Amino acid sequence: MEFLLFLFRRILWSILVLVGLSIVIFAIARVVPGDPARMALGPTATAQQVADLQEKLGLNKPIVEQYGMFIAGLSRGDLGRSLLTERPVNDDIRDTFAATFELVLATITLAFVLGVPLGVAAARWKDKWPDTLVRVLAIFSAVTPSFFAALLLQILAGYVLHILPTTGRLPHNMEFVAGITGLLTVDSLLAGRLDVFGEALRHLLLPATALALATMGQIARITRSSMIDVASQDYIEASRAFGVPEPIRVFKYMLRPSFVPPLTILGLEFASLIGNAFVVELVFAWPGMAAYGIRTILQKDLNAVMGVVMVSGVFFVLVNLLIDVLVGFVDPRVRIRGSR
Amino acid sequence: MADALLSVRNLSVQFTTYGQTNPVLKGVSLDVPARSQIALVGESGSGKTVTMRAIMGLLRSPPAKVTSGEIFYDGRDLLTMPDRERLKLRGTAMSMVFQDPMSSLNPVFTIADQMGTILKYADRRLGRSRSGRERMARVHEVLGQVRMRDPERVARSYPIMLSGGMRQRVLIAMALLSEPKLLIADEPGTALDVTTQAQILKLLKDLVEERGLALLMITHNLGVVRETSNYVYVMNKGVVVEHRPTAELFEAPRDDYTKALISAVPRLTGGTSFGNAGAAA
Amino acid sequence: MAQESHPKTVPTAPPRRLSNAYQNWYRFSRNPTAVIGAAIVILAILAALLAPWITPYPEHVGAVVNFRARHLPPSAEYWFGTDNVGRDIFTRVIFGLRISLLLALVVLGIAIPVGTTLGLLAGYFGGWVEVVIMRLTDIALAIPPLVMALAVAAVLSPDLINSMLAIAALWWTWHTRLIYSITRQLRTQEFVEAAETLGASKFHILFREILPNCVSALAVKTSLDAGFVILVGASLSFLGLGIQPPTPDLGTMVASGSAFLPDYWWESVLPGFAILIVALGFNLLGDGLRDLFDVQEVR
Repeated sequence: MEFLLFLFRRILWSILVLVGLSIVIFAIARVVPGDPARMALGPTATAQQVADLQEKLGLNKPIVEQYGMFIAGLSRGDLGRSLLTERPVNDDIRDTFAATFELVLATITLAFVLGVPLGVAAARWKDKWPDTLVRVLAIFSAVTPSFFAALLLQILAGYVLHILPTTGRLPHNMEFVAGITGLLTVDSLLAGRLDVFGEALRHLLLPATALALATMGQIARITRSSMIDVASQDYIEASRAFGVPEPIRVFKYMLRPSFVPPLTILGLEFASLIGNAFVVELVFAWPGMAAYGIRTILQKDLNAVMGVVMVSGVFFVLVNLLIDVLVGFVDPRVRIRGSR
Repeated sequence: MADALLSVRNLSVQFTTYGQTNPVLKGVSLDVPARSQIALVGESGSGKTVTMRAIMGLLRSPPAKVTSGEIFYDGRDLLTMPDRERLKLRGTAMSMVFQDPMSSLNPVFTIADQMGTILKYADRRLGRSRSGRERMARVHEVLGQVRMRDPERVARSYPIMLSGGMRQRVLIAMALLSEPKLLIADEPGTALDVTTQAQILKLLKDLVEERGLALLMITHNLGVVRETSNYVYVMNKGVVVEHRPTAELFEAPRDDYTKALISAVPRLTGGTSFGNAGAAA
Repeated sequence: MAQESHPKTVPTAPPRRLSNAYQNWYRFSRNPTAVIGAAIVILAILAALLAPWITPYPEHVGAVVNFRARHLPPSAEYWFGTDNVGRDIFTRVIFGLRISLLLALVVLGIAIPVGTTLGLLAGYFGGWVEVVIMRLTDIALAIPPLVMALAVAAVLSPDLINSMLAIAALWWTWHTRLIYSITRQLRTQEFVEAAETLGASKFHILFREILPNCVSALAVKTSLDAGFVILVGASLSFLGLGIQPPTPDLGTMVASGSAFLPDYWWESVLPGFAILIVALGFNLLGDGLRDLFDVQEVR
């Protein structure tokens, strides 16, 4: 019951954050020194053309009314029309978001699957070589720019070793239309196309690794310190006194309470992960939201840019809500009391 | 008393931290005969906790090192027996009641889960086997023995859902799971209010007497010593300074340290408030 | 006791100031990561300041073209090789440090005062001040700095100043959250309550009692952040939203060099390593300071 209240409160805050976000984005879009319509059309357009576009975009209405229209559109899930592609921004983002989502999902999975065991090993062998190794790894992963990690991986795996493809989501000659989820790895399995699944996975590996590196280092570091913290708790000493074997102590009694800080970190760092996804997508020619975002930004396509920023923000908020639920699942104190 | 259930002979332990070696126990000897109630009393830093941890095999080395002495359980030296053998005894034949009910239970697992796990591995060490259902039955049974009104509900609970007194009883139940012969209690209930602590000590004493267990009570509180033991060892600075039947000690303490310790407790003249609360519970 | 006290004898906070500077220096010098970090940071700053005098080809900063020397691999003459128009990459990397460090300086120069003040206010006053400020940080946290910079670049123009402003507009959140959590802990401590009892002004309490106790945490955070700001800035210029050519910029150099991968790898890889090393320096320094000041709460 308290957990439902806790969730309800979190959902309310999330909505508030989204409203704030929409105001910020709207403000950015309207502080343009100059006329968005003129900018979009370029210096060669006639005054009539500019006026028409202003009319079409509602730019001649009062600013509050414009925000009202923007919000009304948002609440219907309508982000307006892209000036670049001349299609609804919704459609453009829907087409590209799935690729970004698949990449981010693979990244988070990779970061946890590698980061948590590394952190556990570092804590288990504190001040021994695994600890030092994880520390060095964590620092280097934190200070390597994502685009540079992407380039290095591309050189190493793609050009030197020739083991993995370096661009795109699938080979050019492979025919496959994504289905309901838009995630190639999932859709290919649903369609029973193992060949496509294998290729999709191979294409996913390099970009996901490049993107996961920074998060993985953070997760390893946080898992380590939180494991060390938990290890000194009385309840771990008690389970030792009652003869609970070490593997159970480490992987059950210590790991589960240690799991909350890495989850929280992921939530906080998720914004910079999305940011980095933009760069990594560019390097690997990944047909995601980033490529679309950058293209529209260079074209000063306001609706599209606002859409991309808004969707990034919504993605962030939803992931953090999900993390709250997960934290409640891992830690009954959150579930029962609504706090730790 | 070579036939004591637990017999610590001339135990010396030193700690090495930051390159400095300090002796913490200097030739400690004590006996816990079967079915006896023994107290080990001393201030913090006197070495009583280190003695307890050495008996339970919980000292970490480094920094701790046993430099001499033996710890006999049932006539066998715990310090020289193979680890496997010693693990068979820990948490089963000799078990421990932890001090702080707030921090000694894992906050993210249910009581049933934690007790079930302890029982599962205790059984495994002893070469027994029980089904999950039988294990739960045993968990409920022991929770009933520590006077829980609704053992099933308690078992399903997370620690945060229980009061301090209930958590302390869960800690006692944990120690009783595998029917130990020796119970080592580390100041149980000090973290609780006086009334609840009195109830806990009363419960512990009743259980020990009902089941014919030996009790080694580690405490700094002379009131606790008086209520729960019939023989007492007084420790100071790593040595046992005095040991005698409890009643005798309170009547005529011999050692200066003991005298100081006793005179420092105001409520010893007349009935202890603690004893009354215990009776009322 | 309190009545007799003159405001001058207000029990002041026990801030970890540099009172025992020698002891701090000793402990710092015994911490290898901190020393390496500090060395890298100092070297980078010196190199950036002295770039025109220490680089072999300072004229290569501009739009110089030397087609005879294009795509030359690293050698004694060109330490980092040359780029596609024959300019010395080492020279351009050293000059590129200037932009990276300037970016960190400007962004943190805006973010720290703003973030710290807001954090102090939210933590000390609580109530609606806290709600408003902390919800603002929640909103700012939800926007990726890189995406924000992209958006700003879209409506204004893609250049360095706009990018810096965009990053600074979001970066203060982290400082606000840090100072907020410290201030909340300090608010109820005796030296603050004593100052309140003695009628010290709010300004005095916030900036003379509480702030000095945040200094060590701020130092750690600033050092770590400088590294991260440099990384975000490099990402922006990698995307073509940094300072415009021909002024050397590390991110831009990686981007333009990557067109010639894998054959002329040095053109992108070596500037990339330069970014990594500078970020590493600030990170190690921050880690070292954290150990020195023993402030665990700062990430």
